[in-house]
Amino acid sequence: MEALFEMIRRGDRPALARAISLVEDGAPGSRELVQAAYRTPGNSRIVGITGAPGVGKSSLVDGIVNELRSMGRSVAVIAVDPSSPFTGGAILGDRVRMKHRTTDPHVFFRSLASRGHLGGLTRATGDVLTLVGVAGFDDVLVETVGAGQSEVDVMKYANTVLVVLSPGLGDAVQTLKAGIFEIGDVFVVNKADLAGADRTRAELEMMLDMRPPGGWRPPVLKTVATTGEGLPELAGAIEAHYEYLKSSGGLKARVRNRFLASLEEYLKREMVDEVLRAASASGELERCLAALEAGKDDPASAASRLASQYRAASSCSALVPSERS
Amino acid sequence: MERKIRVLVGKPGLDGHDRGAMVVARAYRDAGMEVIYSGLHRTPEELARMAVEEDVDVVALSILSGAHGTLVPKVIEHLKKEKGGALDVLVLVGGVIPHEDIPALKAAGVAEVFGPGTSTEEIVEYTRTHVREKRAS
Repeated sequence: MEALFEMIRRGDRPALARAISLVEDGAPGSRELVQAAYRTPGNSRIVGITGAPGVGKSSLVDGIVNELRSMGRSVAVIAVDPSSPFTGGAILGDRVRMKHRTTDPHVFFRSLASRGHLGGLTRATGDVLTLVGVAGFDDVLVETVGAGQSEVDVMKYANTVLVVLSPGLGDAVQTLKAGIFEIGDVFVVNKADLAGADRTRAELEMMLDMRPPGGWRPPVLKTVATTGEGLPELAGAIEAHYEYLKSSGGLKARVRNRFLASLEEYLKREMVDEVLRAASASGELERCLAALEAGKDDPASAASRLASQYRAASSCSALVPSERS
Repeated sequence: MERKIRVLVGKPGLDGHDRGAMVVARAYRDAGMEVIYSGLHRTPEELARMAVEEDVDVVALSILSGAHGTLVPKVIEHLKKEKGGALDVLVLVGGVIPHEDIPALKAAGVAEVFGPGTSTEEIVEYTRTHVREKRAS
């Protein structure tokens, strides 16, 4: 693993690709790799790109990569698409739109399947971002699955979040709703050559004007990703937001958020799995499920009971370690 | 849990017919595999890059243009170059491939060629079995 880690640091492409798979799979050795990675923090700027399916996120990513490369910045892309809830399989189609820079040595592109994780990303996102950071990319673009209204996990990991829309996806009421419209640092009306682009933009501006004053006012930009129209301005807006974060102290908070999100992921995994395992071993899980089926219990009570039983059991074993050995 | 099988379904060259590629991609998905679809008109170099970055076990090339004799060896050559010499992925070819061309493709490193009429079950089964063998070796 040490050798693999060194290769990632040196920018070895197959090594980084392999390491991402190991971390995704939680394979033997991946823990060591992640341990080393977090102790060698990179300095990548992380830009999240989210929006409904079909608004042109992937095409926009292609355009942004091209723009950032022409500014001399190295770019990694992490693109997430959904896994089937039935078979666990996935079609990862975000590469289809990559037309520029497909063999550029300073670009890395990786598709990830969501593997049952909700929220628009995958459980391994935090670790994958850290690995990519070790490889030393200036920018990392994180493209979420086609988001509905509440896939907002990207805000926990990105420094700057782009919310992408296209014309004709509903009226002003949509922009008032909670969720995805609250997390944008930059709004992008893509496919701006279609009818209704100005209206969509105006509705977004109106929504943003209702925010309390002060702080960062997200700009609303029009782009046509397939022709490159509006992309230099978009790259400028990303830069401006990053500068704002640095000067306002917000960057530190966002980085901290990212660590908290990863920590939460691991805690959930450890605690939930552990409680379920213990309950399954003691037969308590089976009893709970039977009681639920019989209409004699409810999930909230059953969960509290399982959790407190687990706590009692683990504090006993902590107090009397001799009993365990 | 067994590691996910990852497959790159690639369309090299100028042929723009991707119905076959999509049917195979869908079959792989339904078999629980993660499929990266390259999109149309990819160069051998681009496909090799994708295979490396996506860390796939299988590169499945769909070719209906008749240019397999040129394109397939080039994809394999780039794959070896990107990976530092060895061909550690399973290369499969599907499409309209005349029988007499198959030996040359296999000599270049292709594991199997699936012509018209092959069932998706057969492709999935072959892929699963041979990826397991490759991983075990």
